[in-house]
Amino acid sequence: MTAPADKPRLSREHMLYLLKQMIRIRRFEDKCAELYTQEKIRGFLHLYDGEEAVAVGVIPVLEKRDRIVATYREHGHALVRGVPMTTVLAEMYGKQEGCSRGRGGSMHLFDRATNFHGGNAIVGGSLPLAVGLALADHMQGGDLVIACFFGEGAVAEGEFHESLNLAALWGLPVLFVCENNLYAMGTALALSESETDIQRKASCYRIASEAVDGMDVVAVEAAARRAVHAVRESRKPYFLECRTYRLRAHSMFDAQLYRDKAEIEAWRQKEPIVRFQGWLQSNHMIHPEDVPRIEAEIDAEIAEAVAFAEAGTWEPAEQLTRFTYAESAVPADR
Amino acid sequence: MQQETVRSGMIEISYREAVREAIREAIKRDERVFLMGEDVGRYGGCYAVSKGLLAEFGPERIRDTPLSESGFTGAGIGAAMAGMRPIVELMTVNFSLLALDQIVNTAATVRHMSGNQFGVPLVIRMATGAGRQLAAQHSHSLEGWYAHIPGIKVLAPATLEDARGMLWTALQDPDPVLIFENVMLYNMTGKLAADAGPVDIDRAAVRRPGRDISLITYGGSLWKTLEAATALAAESIEAEVIDLRSLRPLDDASIMTSVAKTRRAVIVDEGWRSGSLAAEIAMRIVEQAFWALDAPIGRVCSEEVPVPYPSHLENAAIPQAPKIVAAAKAALGRA
Repeated sequence: MTAPADKPRLSREHMLYLLKQMIRIRRFEDKCAELYTQEKIRGFLHLYDGEEAVAVGVIPVLEKRDRIVATYREHGHALVRGVPMTTVLAEMYGKQEGCSRGRGGSMHLFDRATNFHGGNAIVGGSLPLAVGLALADHMQGGDLVIACFFGEGAVAEGEFHESLNLAALWGLPVLFVCENNLYAMGTALALSESETDIQRKASCYRIASEAVDGMDVVAVEAAARRAVHAVRESRKPYFLECRTYRLRAHSMFDAQLYRDKAEIEAWRQKEPIVRFQGWLQSNHMIHPEDVPRIEAEIDAEIAEAVAFAEAGTWEPAEQLTRFTYAESAVPADR
Repeated sequence: MQQETVRSGMIEISYREAVREAIREAIKRDERVFLMGEDVGRYGGCYAVSKGLLAEFGPERIRDTPLSESGFTGAGIGAAMAGMRPIVELMTVNFSLLALDQIVNTAATVRHMSGNQFGVPLVIRMATGAGRQLAAQHSHSLEGWYAHIPGIKVLAPATLEDARGMLWTALQDPDPVLIFENVMLYNMTGKLAADAGPVDIDRAAVRRPGRDISLITYGGSLWKTLEAATALAAESIEAEVIDLRSLRPLDDASIMTSVAKTRRAVIVDEGWRSGSLAAEIAMRIVEQAFWALDAPIGRVCSEEVPVPYPSHLENAAIPQAPKIVAAAKAALGRA
């Protein structure tokens, strides 16, 4: 007998994996901020600090064959999914070795090899896409789960409601993951929604839903196991709201005039890495040398990624128009 | 060739039926193809194009949708990315504006933005144009807007052959293709080869040869332009009528070949004049064939008003044969 699919795995090895993935994202984002001030990375840069437990809790529960649709704050999702840090960073440098050939930048990480269907910079725009990926699987008789990440700001978009309705109406295997970080850029949830209990909205569409503490990676993972299992078995959508908080500014241009420092500090006390690490230590699940070792491994990976991005090359301007349309008559899809 | 035609024969068919046959053939021929849109199933299609197809193919492949243009157009994009070949029907071009985000921000961008990792082999069909007294929210011709967008292709079938043949070719295309069906053409009937099949979707066609002036048009305006050419012939003016067929990409070579021969051009476009497709074509002629021209390029476009309800005002708002005749004669200095 195998263990129920939704049961958390509390092995030391798995706990270290979760911790490492969260620290990996945090340190990567720190490096991105630094590289942004050095003007190595340009454009908009949205960092994931504080929300790591969501991507780390959900994505490893998915199978390799499943598909993911993400937002413009998607570095963490790409890294946890297995998009190499080298090509992610090269993308943000705009180098042609980047995971989207340098054409997309921070907000548009794509990777076919891992079924990573992109960051999307139109809030709410990715939900219909996820419905379509699920519709294809439905019509092909597959058993995929399509995980669709979006923020609570997307809930105000018409495309959110259209997509939930379509997924429920047609019975499509979409896992809707709402990363509720309480602010749509600078607009607080209470200023944009008449009903601030986001997961309740799913019930209007008869979609099973659950809200979880998005700062607790173990809780997120347990909920994700339930959710993925439910979608995989029922072939119906499921709505998982992860209540989290963005510790950094919305983007590098944000002066954060819309929230108090005290509020940020209060959330910092609950932030997922310190919390999980403390819990592991108090339960003697990690050794004192584990964290420095993990950090050293991550720093080496980041150094390698920086070197890779620095050594990357610019796509020749003569190739500017390539791939506006396909160059071969055979569609590149699966 | 001749024997083939004789054996298979010609059939009397409407434009609507030709589109329906194209959809039917595509669904039969390719298990990845399905039709999705508002009222395409039980109602039979807003313009009755898909009548009968639900009974033949069932609700999975003739998929009625809620009134969620952005949602189901995006679903078509996602399904196309994942290996299906959806045909999305948007009732009219005015409703397509509710799906503009998905068409412009996603369908058109994904291949380039993802560095060629993902493509969107999707076909979107919609009705366009005025003439049915449906007023200012159902009658506009916005195909020229879509022709502005890199990453998509835009077709305007004006003939029975193209109504029957463009869809299959569009479905073979690895990129999103928008097909605009002029509402005034659905009832048009004529003879079509019983074995009519796929046609190319990248070349303009000379629908009437002539030496005196090039009349360049597409879609519903083709037939008004041919009517104008007949009237001009009565005054010994031999107009050449070019049917663009594809609005993006434009077949510059066919346009320039005609203009080089006739040295004069009038463009007939049911879109509004300002910032129009007609403006784009005129500029391309100026860029590529300026020294061949003997006269300023003329345009017959829609008047710059929202299309009104009463028939006489609606007719006055869009191109008509007498205006085309007048523009052609002006270009020939025979006004």
